[in-house]
Amino acid sequence: MAATNIEVWQRATVVESVLVAANIRRIVLAPALPKRAEPGSHIDLYTTITGERQKRSYSVVDSTEDGTRVAISVLQAPLSRGGSIFMHGLQPGDTLEITQPLQNFPLRVGAPSYVLLAGGIGVTAIVNMARVLKSLGASYTLVYAARSRERMAYLPELLALHGDNLRVHIDDEGSELSVADLVAGVDPAAELYMCGPIRLMDAVRRAWRDREVNETNLRFETFGNSGWYDPEEFIVRVPRLGVETRVPAGRSMLEALEDAGVEMMFDCRKGECGLCEVKVLALEGAIDHRDVFYSERQQHAAEKICCCVSRAVTSATGLQADAARGGPAILTIGVS
Amino acid sequence: MTIIQTTSSTTNKVLNYPLNTWYVAAWDHEVTRTLISRTVADKPLAIYRTEDGRPVALADACWHRLAPLSQGKVLTRDEIQCPYHGIVYNSAGRCVSMPAQETINPSATVPSYPVVERHRFLWVWLGDATLANPDTIPDMHQMDHPEWAGDGLTIPVTCNYQLVLDNLMDLTHEEFVHGSSIGQAELSESDFEVTHDDTTVTVSRWMHNIDAPPFWLKNMRDKFPDFTGKVDRWQIIHFEAPSTICIDVGVAKAGTGAPEGDRSQGVNGYVMNTITPETARSAHYFWAFMRNYRLESQLITSQLRAGVSGVFKEDEDMLLAQQTAIDANPDYEFYNLNIDAGGLWVRRLIERMLEAEGRPVSAGRAGRLSTAN
Repeated sequence: MAATNIEVWQRATVVESVLVAANIRRIVLAPALPKRAEPGSHIDLYTTITGERQKRSYSVVDSTEDGTRVAISVLQAPLSRGGSIFMHGLQPGDTLEITQPLQNFPLRVGAPSYVLLAGGIGVTAIVNMARVLKSLGASYTLVYAARSRERMAYLPELLALHGDNLRVHIDDEGSELSVADLVAGVDPAAELYMCGPIRLMDAVRRAWRDREVNETNLRFETFGNSGWYDPEEFIVRVPRLGVETRVPAGRSMLEALEDAGVEMMFDCRKGECGLCEVKVLALEGAIDHRDVFYSERQQHAAEKICCCVSRAVTSATGLQADAARGGPAILTIGVS
Repeated sequence: MTIIQTTSSTTNKVLNYPLNTWYVAAWDHEVTRTLISRTVADKPLAIYRTEDGRPVALADACWHRLAPLSQGKVLTRDEIQCPYHGIVYNSAGRCVSMPAQETINPSATVPSYPVVERHRFLWVWLGDATLANPDTIPDMHQMDHPEWAGDGLTIPVTCNYQLVLDNLMDLTHEEFVHGSSIGQAELSESDFEVTHDDTTVTVSRWMHNIDAPPFWLKNMRDKFPDFTGKVDRWQIIHFEAPSTICIDVGVAKAGTGAPEGDRSQGVNGYVMNTITPETARSAHYFWAFMRNYRLESQLITSQLRAGVSGVFKEDEDMLLAQQTAIDANPDYEFYNLNIDAGGLWVRRLIERMLEAEGRPVSAGRAGRLSTAN
């Protein structure tokens, strides 16, 4: 969809910022160059983190028909890289640099039936799709899973609009989602659109593959911002260049390498294209693959990683106490 | 009383085209297991048919480096392969194979446009897919109805599609452009009536007790071999927005009641026209001539197709000359005649569609259309 994704940067004014769930803010923007947001679209914007401009992507939750108001929602994560803190600090009247709605997750009209799967804050990419399917009179089920009720943005609105088409799974209420049951129950001709944490999406992708239904009917979008483990600080070494640098928990390996003066090749910066691939020469610790570029086989082999999103952690159990040695993980790499 | 002011249409010499509508992309027989490339409303399309016979229209540019997919290969099932690096897409426009890697980039898709096969044509919707309702495809049922027979062709015209619509909405030009076949002075001398609603415009003209021009005399004699004498002639032009015009045409023995509804003593044809904008200055003009008499005769079908084709060649030459003159005279305006009433209602309905889409009504003076939305 390259032609529709040429970025048009513009000013936008914050017109509203309200809490819609624990740590989730709905932020409504008025763009200078309004354009209607299709379901599945997102905007890119610049945040300012300790004086530095950093690009972030947020799904468009809803927009007015003429695009003069565009709503996003931002989770302030405890281990944020700083972008969500900036976003939560925005006040009505503040201005931002944003793109028009961009489309990497198009909803296809005309499938026989649909399953929409939202995990936690991933609901932001799904709300607009569900609304459009409802208005088209399509056959759809909306599945919304989260750890607890107070973390679920838009739940009352979704219940009111979608009624029996909405299935809610809440871990701490004992109704957690079974991915196996979900995928087993999907009509073979249905299309499943999902957005959520990488653990959930990996599990669905594996179950979908095992069931041998049409692989392209599984649609997903990832901004590369969740992993199997919480991010830790680790050390990256590039022997050929004599570089050793720390990758703080709030920064990607790609950014840390760039900070250290390494000229890196990259494109998507969200673990899809594979251009930022680096070779793993040695590893003390374990790899937290956060990309969707490598197959499961390639991730297990751990010979290469996408440094834009993937990280090193001290142990494969994710517990520092299980680490073979003290101190941070150390990753030795070769770069192109 | 409310005075409704509407803007003048006269300055839009090169009209923009709506996108939230169905356009014909091809004849049904053109859509096969071999890819074709066709540009509709400035969007290049790769068109083919799946193994199980479904028509498909994908954007004709690979997601990767924009190589034209229409130069690639049709594979099994519903898949096609980019000719450059072998990336494979299915009919939904989704990548199913990236030869150089084990996974597929989730954003690797090309647009797949809604298509419907109807009235012997492949119709495509390039605008907001959530609005694509097949019930809004124009009525061209004579194309494949058992009571009608005939055939047609496609004319590639190098002018703005609106000039073709203007041509068909006012048939007084027949006297001057088509003098040897269907033209006659009575066309300009007879009265006409114009009506419209939200999506259609109708222009009706009856000519009573006249000599049949050569084209119609031949048709009368196909049905009534011994026919001589005067005829009553009709032209009822039905426009359906944005660019389909079906013209109910015919002649009947004079005074036998055709104007009152009894056409049994005459011959009746339907000139089916649907014009698909290709660019601001070119269009695919799909037409057919259907008749409701002598249905068994392939000879008459072939003769009518050849005859109408010759008539339309005269239009094509005029339209090209007109577009050239328009572009050579950017400072001059169009002026309107009373006979343009039908054509001006057409323009107004199209301009309303464009306004509803928030797109400019004029395609400007040169170059490609603005597709800002």
